[in-house]
Amino acid sequence: MTYSAAALLGHAILGNKHWPAILNTPDMRSSYDVVIVGGGGHGLATAHYLAANHGITDVAVIEAAWIGGGNTARNTGIVRSDYLLNSSFRLKNFALGLWNDLSRQLNFNLMYEPRGYVDLAHSDDELERFTLRANAMRLRGAEAEILTGDALLARVPQLDLTGEKRFPVIGALAQEAGGVVRHDAVAWGFARSAASAGIHIIQNCPVTGFEITGGRLSAVRTALGRVACTRALITVAGASTALAEMAGLDLPLNSINVQALVTEPVNPVLDAVVNYNAGLCYASQTSKGEFVLGGATDGYTSYARRGNFGKIEDVLARALQIFPFLSRLRLMRHWAGTADITFDGNAIVGRTEVEGLMINAGWGYSGFKATPAAGWCLAELLGTGTLPELLVPFSLNRFETGSEQDDAGAGPYPWLH
Amino acid sequence: MLIPCPFCGHRDQAEFAYGGPARALPELDGQDGTHAWRTALYSGYNPRGPVTELWFHANGCESWIQITRDTVTHRITRSCLANPREREP
Repeated sequence: MTYSAAALLGHAILGNKHWPAILNTPDMRSSYDVVIVGGGGHGLATAHYLAANHGITDVAVIEAAWIGGGNTARNTGIVRSDYLLNSSFRLKNFALGLWNDLSRQLNFNLMYEPRGYVDLAHSDDELERFTLRANAMRLRGAEAEILTGDALLARVPQLDLTGEKRFPVIGALAQEAGGVVRHDAVAWGFARSAASAGIHIIQNCPVTGFEITGGRLSAVRTALGRVACTRALITVAGASTALAEMAGLDLPLNSINVQALVTEPVNPVLDAVVNYNAGLCYASQTSKGEFVLGGATDGYTSYARRGNFGKIEDVLARALQIFPFLSRLRLMRHWAGTADITFDGNAIVGRTEVEGLMINAGWGYSGFKATPAAGWCLAELLGTGTLPELLVPFSLNRFETGSEQDDAGAGPYPWLH
Repeated sequence: MLIPCPFCGHRDQAEFAYGGPARALPELDGQDGTHAWRTALYSGYNPRGPVTELWFHANGCESWIQITRDTVTHRITRSCLANPREREP
């Protein structure tokens, strides 16, 4: 059914007792044209665009738990495209363009709010590098501003720029097209659209192996039985290393927990998304009034998805440096997601040495914001067999050829990104 | 997560710096092609389950220690100094 004002009114008259579930529970068939392993945002977006852009609907999305229960539900919902390298900027800026119109396309309110993203610099040197990044963005057609002094205070009046600080705020890069999206709705919206096109979304069904004959994919084995297919995509974030191993692939990844936290809700005080760069702390206020805070990784390999008090304290200390008034608020919840981070900090997207098997992994911090672009491009790869130009720099073999995509300029080392 | 340091006893993980899995580097001399180098540089960093790994007790006794930790449950089953010559017999 289509959601509309008329549907709202009609269901309200009937006491809202007859809304259909957004997803059905289909029986898995023994073969599909395309199998997508992983029902997160990226997998579901790929399914949606396979149907919408390529008319391919003989597709199964196979999810080990429930859709959008992994990193799609665990990120802080920030979207932006302030990246230095052409490769990562183009992909994320393409995504930003898609977010803009996605609620209408999916007939599902994703609560996309382009409130602006403000990235704080703490030294002259850092502001120079931010200016380089802002200029690079402008040259490629995006909007970016460097704000200092009164202009910065006018943009984010809540900032504390007073007094002696270990890491004073010197200025900021602002991207007004950046903002927040309700992350759960992204999974549900894509899933609903794909399911209504006839794509099967199968939950609670772990994949247990891949059948490969003569270097070609022939089937995916699951807890509910074997599924014959010649095209499949692994898009499972934190579980990528284990899934890829089943297909004999060795991915250069670290799976690391990233913590996020939410305060109690208060009246609206902050419209922008603000990022503190001495250490790392990103803050925004939800429509409900809660402050959502996130930080850097825990720094060591872990699949535990559990809290880390040391890191929570670290994130909160930085949050108070930006907004001292936060000290009055209580934390309501905290959680962790397992991010898979590559050694150069950019994703691995494209073909693998197994013919027919595609990989989408290693998104680290930047997976959520890229969701529609990754889905769009992967649908093109799976649907037409040609690798979209946007994905070319993100090939798995770049770690062998030395063409790393390192936005931070930190080098291809583990635990750095 | 509490890490049992052989000198200091159970200490908070925040006192330690992570050194990654304790692994033997593959033989690289005389290797042709990039695959062996790629494996040496990038493989084996992401084990799921029990793994023997190195930690540096930076805000403590400043020892490099070697523990066996399950990356799924954070259960630590073994702890000793990283340098075999410094271990007690």
